[in-house]
Amino acid sequence: MKEQRSDILQGTLDLMVLKTLDAMGSMHGYGLAHRIEQIGGAALAVNQGTIYLCLIRLLQKKWISAVWGTSENNRKARYYSITKAGRKQLIAETENWERVAGVIGKVLQLEPRR
Amino acid sequence: MLTALRRLGARVRAYFSPAVLERDLDQELESHVAMLTEENIRKGMSPAEARRGALVRMGARESMREAHREIRGLPFLDTLMQDLRYTFRTLRRDAAFAAFAILIVGLGIGASCTIFSVVNTLLLRPLPFGDPSSLVWLANQPRSVSSNDLSGQTVQVGYLLDLRASTRSFSDLGAYFAFYGIGDANLFGQGEPERFTLVPVTQNFFPVLGVQPLLGRNFTADEARDGGPNAVMISYSMWENRFASDPSIIGRAINIGGNLNTVVGVLPASFDFGGVFAPGTHVDLYSPFPLNDRTNREGNTLAIVGRLKPGVNLASAQAETTTLAGPMRQEHPERNGFTPGLTALAQHVSGRVRPALILLACAVGVVMLIVCANLSNLLLARGASRQKEIAIRSALGASKPRLVRQMLTEALVLSCAGGALGLLFAFAGTDALSHLSGVTIPLLEDVHVDAASLIFTLLAAIATGVFFGLAPALHVPGEKLHESLKDAHRGSSQGRSHTWVRNVLVVSEVALTCVLVIGAGLLIHSFLRVLDVNMGFHPERAVALRVDPARSYSTQDQRNAYFSETLHRALGIPGVEAAGLSDSLPFGHNRTWWAGATGRTYVPPELPLAFVRVVSEGYIGAMGIPLIEGRDFSESDTPTSQKVIIINQTLAKRNWPNQDPIGQQINQAGGRTVIGVVGDVRHLALEEDSGSEMYIPIRQGNDYGSVDLVVRSSLSTAELNSRLRETLRPIAPNLTMSTMRTLQSIVDKSVSPRRFVVLLLAGFAAFALILASLGIYAVISYSVSQRTQEIGIRMALGASTSGVRASILFETLRLAAMGMAIGILASWTLAGALRSLLFGVGFADPVTFVGMLVILTLVAALAGYLPARRASRIDPMVALRAQ
Repeated sequence: MKEQRSDILQGTLDLMVLKTLDAMGSMHGYGLAHRIEQIGGAALAVNQGTIYLCLIRLLQKKWISAVWGTSENNRKARYYSITKAGRKQLIAETENWERVAGVIGKVLQLEPRR
Repeated sequence: MLTALRRLGARVRAYFSPAVLERDLDQELESHVAMLTEENIRKGMSPAEARRGALVRMGARESMREAHREIRGLPFLDTLMQDLRYTFRTLRRDAAFAAFAILIVGLGIGASCTIFSVVNTLLLRPLPFGDPSSLVWLANQPRSVSSNDLSGQTVQVGYLLDLRASTRSFSDLGAYFAFYGIGDANLFGQGEPERFTLVPVTQNFFPVLGVQPLLGRNFTADEARDGGPNAVMISYSMWENRFASDPSIIGRAINIGGNLNTVVGVLPASFDFGGVFAPGTHVDLYSPFPLNDRTNREGNTLAIVGRLKPGVNLASAQAETTTLAGPMRQEHPERNGFTPGLTALAQHVSGRVRPALILLACAVGVVMLIVCANLSNLLLARGASRQKEIAIRSALGASKPRLVRQMLTEALVLSCAGGALGLLFAFAGTDALSHLSGVTIPLLEDVHVDAASLIFTLLAAIATGVFFGLAPALHVPGEKLHESLKDAHRGSSQGRSHTWVRNVLVVSEVALTCVLVIGAGLLIHSFLRVLDVNMGFHPERAVALRVDPARSYSTQDQRNAYFSETLHRALGIPGVEAAGLSDSLPFGHNRTWWAGATGRTYVPPELPLAFVRVVSEGYIGAMGIPLIEGRDFSESDTPTSQKVIIINQTLAKRNWPNQDPIGQQINQAGGRTVIGVVGDVRHLALEEDSGSEMYIPIRQGNDYGSVDLVVRSSLSTAELNSRLRETLRPIAPNLTMSTMRTLQSIVDKSVSPRRFVVLLLAGFAAFALILASLGIYAVISYSVSQRTQEIGIRMALGASTSGVRASILFETLRLAAMGMAIGILASWTLAGALRSLLFGVGFADPVTFVGMLVILTLVAALAGYLPARRASRIDPMVALRAQ
């Protein structure tokens, strides 16, 4: 059970990171964490370090790429951006997500029969 | 899929460059914390507070790192490497234990792999022919007098031709001439002529077998008729060794026995005629055998191999040939009988050794089980003494599965190292086996470690490791951590179940050993019985030398003169007691002829056949065959004198029960008068009765393929050899290259397969015995060391030294007795399967059972005595203080 839940969480976090990078362009880990927290990503509520676990996974799948750069206040930081494969994955995931969300939504709207 | 592969690639890369990735991560995390801190400061916190807050937001750094590592690298491999490193460290600390464990696994796996290679070659791997499963061996009268009687087993040419014309089951039938002589072909070249073995084969023999010549071609129909061009095919090894792999050999004429023969083909290296059809011999030359009236008149000569048509099975082919044979016999009353019997060729080749091989395979399996039990026991003992270490590790956070994995890794490292060592043993073992000369086991020369053996070894090593590692691994203490850590006194940390497992292991070890030892004992006993058999002749101090008359002696008179001269010269050597000539030595070719009493009619199934030996005067004396009645042949038994014959006791009794056979007639070659009766000779095999035998004077018969001179003397073999050659050179110039054999070596060769099996099995049993004694010793001495204090207290309270010793010996013997009881029951049930391998010994032979049990008990007592003596010398004061 525990395993499955974290899988779902992992999946949503991956999707959020990909979408954010797609929308905002190149970003570093701190920026990403900040942004997702602002939108209200509950997945990150525990701790921000989790984002790096997600980033390494996406890097290994070659859905995002990373380069070292300097942040606005002159700190060394790794900038992540979405790759072509990542975009394709994002489109697929988005469709999937919407389909699932639609079904779940409909199911939840069912009126209880009294 | 692609993504998963990509990810795996990244993980493997990460596994090999952990430092860079770690540094990157640290830097990234550090920047992140710094940015968070700045943010907090902007919110108005104090710098210290801000950093603390940042660290909290980030989460636990160390576990994050751990998770990161797991995602990015190969955690499984990491743990494995860790376990391996740890294993090597602990094993190095305990090098003696490791070396011992590796050695016994190595011996066990080496033996298994060697036997597997033999079994694989003889039983599992298909014969080295094209589509071997459809090849069939066609024998005449499969249930004839003896399977060693070639005349009974072979078929006349006419039947082969008829069968070929009418069969619907076979796509083709080929044959070889079964009465070829070993070493009969003299190859003349530069220097001394060399002896090779030539087998005449039918023109289609190689195509039927599905063997393609490596170079050149098969025989043509023209070459396979009388008066056709002389052609030969040669073996790969002859091509390689004698002709230096010269490709231009095709078309070259070579001189065989004075005739020029064109080499038309070279057979592939995989084709080994001797290995398949005549174990223990080499065949290098093949000539075409004509199928015509002339060869038909030679009688039963052919050994037939047929290829079944697709979809035809053995049973229907057997039914068809049996139906066809009836009319053929009636149509040709002038021919010999024909009762076809079919067996799959593979079955024919390895059938005789199959039971022995299965026995050896089982024996080696039992040895492996004993090895596993032994190592399991040793690891358990080690585990017990390592309990504290294990407790500390689990206190530091090692989970139970992790510890079990560690223990299994240790076992696997040991077994794989043992497997590697075993492979070396197997290479040596198979090499030794394939170079055994004079062992008549088919295909033995082809035995080698191949891919299948390698896979077998790997699997065996892993299975062994898991098998012997499992019990100790499952004994890793999980819960009673606290107690283990408390270093309570030594005896108490060992639970009852622990002792129980170890005792079961020892008992099963003894039981398995008991089975092996009794099996080996039965076979050794049989072997001794075989050696003890009255062969009917005396091989000691007698030698045999091939002295075939040269081609230049073309008439019978010339040959007879040559025989007389040979015998005179041999007898003239000082020290020679007797000399004689024979066309067939014991355990060689055997043929049967008609040997009915003249005047009596025989109705089938009564067949008055007898084995034929064409001999000279003096042969019976030189062989040491007892002359029971009448006289030996003499020089005056010539073609023009009365036709005479000597018979053995069995034939005498069969033809003339309760009558004096001397002076009676045997309906052979127009009637021969019996002049002597001799003792039976076990000519077929030591294990087989002689059957009826008759001796025909060589001067009165022309029907002999080869001639051996048998000489009995008081000289040493080497001296006799040089003397004989020197004396005979003027009349037999080709003699130089033939080899002299002692009769003893001929006897040895005939028992070689049995000796081979007995030696291997005895070796396994001895190994098992050593392992079992070590197992007993280990368990008893461990229990003594665990109970040092208890024994000390007992002695302090007045127990005598001998009492302590006796109680420990009793414990040992109790374990051994339990093992032996199970072992005897198992042997009793299994020994029935040995029946076909036993000779002169019942499978429940009480002598063997009792003898082997005495040996086992003695070994067990010895293994228990050493720790018992140690226990009895315990000084109570020292033992009590050791607390």
